[in-house]
Amino acid sequence: MGAMTFPSASQRQGPGDSGPAHVLRVAGPLVEIVRTSGVAMHDMVLLGEERLPGEVVAIRGDVVTVQAYEYTGGLAPGHPARPRGGPLAVRLGPGLLGGVFDGLLRPLARAGDMLRAGVRGTEPDGRRLRFTPGVAEGKRVAAGDVLGDVAAAVPLRVLVPPGCSGVVGWVAPAGDHGEDAVVAVVDGHEVSMARSRPVRRPGPVEGRLAGGRPLHTGQRAVDLLFPVARGGTVAVPGGFGTGKTMLLQQIAKWCDVDVIVYVGCGERGNEMADVIEELSALTDPRTGGRLAERTVTIANTSNMPMMAREASVHTGTTVAEYFRDMGLDVVVIADSTSRWAEALREFASRMGELPAEEGYPARLASELAAFYERAAEVRTLGGATGSVTVIGAVSPPGGDRTEPVTAHTERFVRCLWSLDRDLAYARHYPAVSWADSFSRDAAAVAVAHARAGDPRWAERRERVAGLLAEADRLADLVELVGVTALPPRERISVLAGRLLREGVIQQNALSPSDAYSTPEKTAALVEAVLTVIDRCFARVDSGVRADAVEAVDFTPLLRAREDAGPGESAPVEAARDTMLERLGATR
Amino acid sequence: MSAPGEIEYTRVRDLHGPLMVVEGVNGVGWDEFATIALDSGERRHGLVLEVDRDLAVVQVLEDTAGMDPGGTRVAFSGTPLRIPVGTGWLGRVCNGRGEPADGGPPVLGSVDAPVGGAPINPVRREPPTEAVLTGVGAIDVLTTLVRGQKLPVFSAAGLPHLQLAVQVAAQATCGGEAFAVVFAGMGLTHADAAFVRDGLAERSAARELVLLLNTADDPVIERLLTPRLALTVAEHLAFDGGRHVLVVMTDMTAYSEALREVSAARGEIPARRAYPGYLYSDLASLYERCGRIRDRPGSVTVLPVLTMPAGDITHPVPDLTGYITEGQIVLSAEVHTRGTYPPVDPLGSLSRLMRKGAGEGRTRDDHPPVAAQLIAALARAREVRELADLIGRPALSAVDHRYLDLEDAFLRRFLAQGADENRPLDEALDRAWEVLLTLPPSQLGMIPAALLDAHRAPGDDHPGAEGTPP
Repeated sequence: MGAMTFPSASQRQGPGDSGPAHVLRVAGPLVEIVRTSGVAMHDMVLLGEERLPGEVVAIRGDVVTVQAYEYTGGLAPGHPARPRGGPLAVRLGPGLLGGVFDGLLRPLARAGDMLRAGVRGTEPDGRRLRFTPGVAEGKRVAAGDVLGDVAAAVPLRVLVPPGCSGVVGWVAPAGDHGEDAVVAVVDGHEVSMARSRPVRRPGPVEGRLAGGRPLHTGQRAVDLLFPVARGGTVAVPGGFGTGKTMLLQQIAKWCDVDVIVYVGCGERGNEMADVIEELSALTDPRTGGRLAERTVTIANTSNMPMMAREASVHTGTTVAEYFRDMGLDVVVIADSTSRWAEALREFASRMGELPAEEGYPARLASELAAFYERAAEVRTLGGATGSVTVIGAVSPPGGDRTEPVTAHTERFVRCLWSLDRDLAYARHYPAVSWADSFSRDAAAVAVAHARAGDPRWAERRERVAGLLAEADRLADLVELVGVTALPPRERISVLAGRLLREGVIQQNALSPSDAYSTPEKTAALVEAVLTVIDRCFARVDSGVRADAVEAVDFTPLLRAREDAGPGESAPVEAARDTMLERLGATR
Repeated sequence: MSAPGEIEYTRVRDLHGPLMVVEGVNGVGWDEFATIALDSGERRHGLVLEVDRDLAVVQVLEDTAGMDPGGTRVAFSGTPLRIPVGTGWLGRVCNGRGEPADGGPPVLGSVDAPVGGAPINPVRREPPTEAVLTGVGAIDVLTTLVRGQKLPVFSAAGLPHLQLAVQVAAQATCGGEAFAVVFAGMGLTHADAAFVRDGLAERSAARELVLLLNTADDPVIERLLTPRLALTVAEHLAFDGGRHVLVVMTDMTAYSEALREVSAARGEIPARRAYPGYLYSDLASLYERCGRIRDRPGSVTVLPVLTMPAGDITHPVPDLTGYITEGQIVLSAEVHTRGTYPPVDPLGSLSRLMRKGAGEGRTRDDHPPVAAQLIAALARAREVRELADLIGRPALSAVDHRYLDLEDAFLRRFLAQGADENRPLDEALDRAWEVLLTLPPSQLGMIPAALLDAHRAPGDDHPGAEGTPP
């Protein structure tokens, strides 16, 4: 558009006058306003009489560009715009646990059936929480030190906020308090359970740790072949129908961390409703309460305002850092980062930024890197160990893995769990491809397993990966010449691939005993199947015909994963012994 | 703030493609609705795409052909477009802008609603669990449509998707509960439009149908409005009127092309195949309006129909649709060539919500295992057929032959159905059994033994009869 002079645009505000500015231009979520003094990049602005929240993304001369987080229908040039004098921030408190929020962390529980644009409060319900002081008055404390405990599904803490230190002047006695009630005074600063944090700036920590503590997801394909360490990063690329959401939901339910932050970013509403319902119905194996009580859900479905989708992944990470600072392990699950990248592209295009690949802005790669880089295992300011692990789904258009979001994401993550369409269509869950996935944490995780009393972990992983690769190589050959044309040992390799796929890697997400697998059960299953495979090789080596071995009924072994409960090893060993007996009878 | 008819702006600066730029405006808001009067007396309509100081960029729904900047007056409504909603729409036939096409008076209502809608609060959504029965066996048994779901039909040029859409719209029911269909046609030929009107005449006469038809020679940009009108009317009938509403939208490829046209005219940076980068979000703003809301009766179920250009499922329109919707019904040119209607590809089709909407207490207790077993058997049959093509039929094993029989029985006895045949679910499931029992019981491992025993013919028990087609 040509730069037309709007009559009142010349009535510039005097210095120091922070009265309302006004709107100059509106194009969907892109709003330009007149610059007033004291407006900084990433400051929050309230637009129009409806006070639609927005964030400053550019300042050029007298014009400030704002990205609006709500539908801007009806917003017109001349309408007021009120800079809030601070960055986009969210309110963090113990009451987040169990809640469902939108991309700006506003609670959805009290927002009505339909989400209309406008201001909505960010205050959680008026719940009172049990506070127990953990520090004596008169003690000298520094940022990150514990002031007291808060009772919740996971033990929470009230910490001395960053940038604050000194003598504890007063601390509340044990009792129930609202989130905003002052529970301590440090060096004259009032500290309550809840505090505000800007969403785009990583929270301060003492330092990053080398990591290596494995994160058990309960999904064997991942825990066995492509493990992730606490504080690691994972991308899960997969076309539609490959079971991304299913896998992420299973991980949310079963992985062994303290707090789960589930960010539904531009995905289906019905799916979100399903996640919310399932989490509140599931019993938490760790606490006996409901799983939802240690979950924070951020729901910004595909038809909710697009730019709030862009903010939602940062909001999610900020929430995760809040719990991490208390010395907890947190997982952020973002489904899907592609929708977040699309929001970036949409806004960049409206800003007239020069496009790089497929219309995405040139900063796509650095934005992705910055997002994943907030994951880490850290020493907190208070000296505790906490971690934020980030698992992001990627939805490549047309399943094309060379598209920019997938291609760049692969470069920045520690683990890639690539979902395979053929496996998914064969109803093989989880459809994690063993050929196209990787884990850069595997060596560190192997050391941790060895230290925890399982020195054979790395060896097992290597064997399974090798056998699967060999079976894949032979599968191409079998398609051409038929299995009977192979030499005996290679026929057993084909069989080994099948036993590993169906007996170990595959999982039944709907079965109570197989939906997740403890490290012990996974180890027992792998040992059992490997022992049976070794015996199969031994039989053909000793002259037994390959088809006699192939004809053995392996059902007990393949059923062992469902017959044994999540933490049981004994039925697995029984199945192995049955198989060894049957193989012994082959001639 | 301008009120309807209050201020008319006459300074039209630019006209290009579907866009009009008006200067000297004051207080016009983004996404406002505009009425455009031409000197010829003609009235057109528009939506504000951008406001910049005193300029307004307006997308003209009827296109700018024949417009003269000197003879154009524009009035802005002061709000985004709102339309009257209510039962007055039932039984009516309108054009793609909601104006009567049946010779009747304009549709009025005591309430109005913004066509853009508002997102349903995810916390207030009720997960869908009950079926909409379409009377089409292949859909009801294999890809059960669930109330509140969005399930698209992926088709290709030359396939009878419109016929299927009309059949579903004419036959669908929700177990005797109040039901209505909103049918939005975009870019239909006149012959197709007439076919739709005829096929749905009965439902229309019963005041269970709202028909919005944008034909191929109607303004292209109007198509951007048609599905929004349909969904706005449907939401009110469902969530305020307590009806289960099925919204059929065809053809979404024509809709997406209109979106691309506007995007190109605005000089926006294109993404895949020159579709705008916001195609996903735009489609989601339509499809996501389906659902159920806690503590309210009624539901909105969306059945978008789209043609895949050159049959390519990775084309942006089917690809992005697939990412948003909960499954897909794929039509197959191969089945169509064999002369079977409806030509549903059972292996490519999927209803993700079927797990919750089918089975005991929902449809019939044997439904989920029968559907799963049938799909598994058809997958095996396809492999056998490929093998037979390589090595010849005589080399196949006895069991393999039975799989070929099964595929044949599937097409003849299960899939094939008259275009006006309303097949009850019980009959469709019984036919599925009939097809399955072409196989020996040893091949039906996914069906619980008790169910299998109950459905096998009495004479089937002795070994010699194993696999005899019933």
